[in-house]
Amino acid sequence: MAFIELTNVVKNYEKGSEVVHVLQDLNLSLHEGDFLALMGPSGSGKSTLLNLIGGIDQPTAGSVVVDGANLDNMSGSQLAKWRSATIGFVFQFYNLLPFLTAERNVELPLLLTNLRGSQRKENALTALRTVSLEDRAKHKPGELSGGQQQRVAIARAIVADPKVLVCDEPTGDLDRQSAQEILALLETLNEQFGKTIIMVTHDPLAAEHAKTVLHLDKGVLVESEQAEVSA
Amino acid sequence: MLKQIFKISLMNLRNLPSRFGISSVVVVGIGGVVGVLVAILAMASGFESALASGASSDRVILLRDGSTDEMASSISQEEVALIGTLPGVAALSPELYTVVDVPKMDTGTYANLIARGVGTGAFDVRPEVEIVEGRNFVPGRTEIIAGVKAASEFRGLDVGSEVSLRDSTWQVVGHFEAGGSAYESEIWLDFPAALSAFRRNSATSLRIRLDSPTSFDELSQAIANDPRLQVQVISEPSFIEGQSATLRQVIKSFGYAVAVIMAIGALFAALNTMYTAVSTRTIEIATLRAIGFSSVPIVISVMIEAVILAVLGGVLGALFSYLFFNGFTVATLNPAAFSQVAFDFNVSTEIVYLGMTWAIVIGFFGGLLPAISAAYIPITAALRGE
Ligand SMILES: Nc1ncnc2c1ncn2[C@@H]1O[C@H](COP(=O)(O)OP(=O)(O)O)[C@@H](O)[C@H]1O
Ligand SMILES: [Mg+2]
Repeated sequence: MAFIELTNVVKNYEKGSEVVHVLQDLNLSLHEGDFLALMGPSGSGKSTLLNLIGGIDQPTAGSVVVDGANLDNMSGSQLAKWRSATIGFVFQFYNLLPFLTAERNVELPLLLTNLRGSQRKENALTALRTVSLEDRAKHKPGELSGGQQQRVAIARAIVADPKVLVCDEPTGDLDRQSAQEILALLETLNEQFGKTIIMVTHDPLAAEHAKTVLHLDKGVLVESEQAEVSA
Repeated sequence: MLKQIFKISLMNLRNLPSRFGISSVVVVGIGGVVGVLVAILAMASGFESALASGASSDRVILLRDGSTDEMASSISQEEVALIGTLPGVAALSPELYTVVDVPKMDTGTYANLIARGVGTGAFDVRPEVEIVEGRNFVPGRTEIIAGVKAASEFRGLDVGSEVSLRDSTWQVVGHFEAGGSAYESEIWLDFPAALSAFRRNSATSLRIRLDSPTSFDELSQAIANDPRLQVQVISEPSFIEGQSATLRQVIKSFGYAVAVIMAIGALFAALNTMYTAVSTRTIEIATLRAIGFSSVPIVISVMIEAVILAVLGGVLGALFSYLFFNGFTVATLNPAAFSQVAFDFNVSTEIVYLGMTWAIVIGFFGGLLPAISAAYIPITAALRGE
């Protein structure tokens, strides 16, 4: 079985009496160390698919297996525990806690471990060094640029050393320059640190940094040629 | 789990100063409620203790069975004599409670004044009674002494003057104080002299001082066991309580009604502010949950925060009430005794505890609902900003 394996996944949302069919009979397999760019029009279900892999949502039918764990029959608290060990999240709007310094934000996932305070601090600083923001450790999010905030968020995503990073439009709110820095950073994390990355993006240039590009349209995955992407 | 609660709470609390705006809204809101609640209860409590102040638990009042006040009661001389021999009686005074008409000081119009015929034991029964001008009446003579409040409110009660009460003329020989109690608004005369002057042959009540408050049961028992005695025994505190029951009830129910309405209003206000305080953090909470924090510790830590803010508010409100109202004196008319009752606000520890309890209840429920809703909405929905 592949590192990430989605089999016959169906995902519906109920909106009142109406049922929204988002994903229909979707199959996907990724090997460890892959870097997938997930593209597609707005509302096509990209975030939904990402959330299923990240274990913050569960499929209506079908199975989702990530790193040997079968997510579709886990309880909420089992999933929470599993996520803290396996997944790092990067959001479009960074989702940093505004009243915590960069260092404290990065430290958050470590509060779930048994590490002592001094060790947590050291690991947080190491993660900040990885994203080249060690000198901003004491700054609060409001005092940082968008690109810097996203780098803090990436430091937070990697601090507990998860195998998988799920990134939902990580450059969607950034200027081209900052976006390039973030994409380069993700590439490094994939190539040098062996992180498996699934990234949702609208941006064909962003997809260029990925190893695999898939298109989602009306709940169905379509493989795309590298050439098509760069065009 | 406990560790998570502890760590998140610590993090939350460390950030409280940075959330100063919304936090202070919660603190001040709850503080206001507790302040008003404490002030109202302090008023009720001060009023009660003022009423009870003249009462002594070693004093009893005997009335005819079925009577609720002195006016409509009668106790025969034989009964008085019998009761005098019962155990536990340290001093006793048969009394004749009558109402006479005397002109008021300010208007000159005639008004009711209580004229109380008292036995010689009356001064042993009420040691707080003190002659402050002139002298006491001599038993058997048509002499009266006037309470200081009566003397200042009615004409012709100066020491040395004569006053006519129901066809007979009396000499005012002294003025007395009675520890601020309602007796100061009465005039007192010799019991046997009063009986003959007013053509009566029995007492209206019998006042007794017990050798100790514990003798109460013994005396009641002895009276109940004697078929010749058709009287009821009431301790002075419960007699006074009964006399002022209506007014007390009014003040108390008014106080509690205001307090409850305020508290309910405040509960919703606090709920609302807590809701806002928490819902602005829905995405933060969803992010924490995505990272792997569980819902329960998040709920608990939000609750801890809410309760701490509420306690802060409670302390502030109680302190405010204490500083501004404790010992604050007001006066009101006691319709049962037809006399002024002056009393102090009394911010007691029990009232402060009660105020703090309210604060905690408000904080608890104000925090609980938004915390639960933020912690149990699906993570994906919360992240989408729904
Ligand atoms: N929690 C939800 N409840 C109801 N409908 C949802 C929910 N999440 C997503 N949807 C719907 O599912 C569809 C796909 O959403 P999403 O996965 O966010 O798309 P994308 O990320 O590709 O823009 C949309 O029509 C959206 O309205
Ligand atoms: Mg999306």
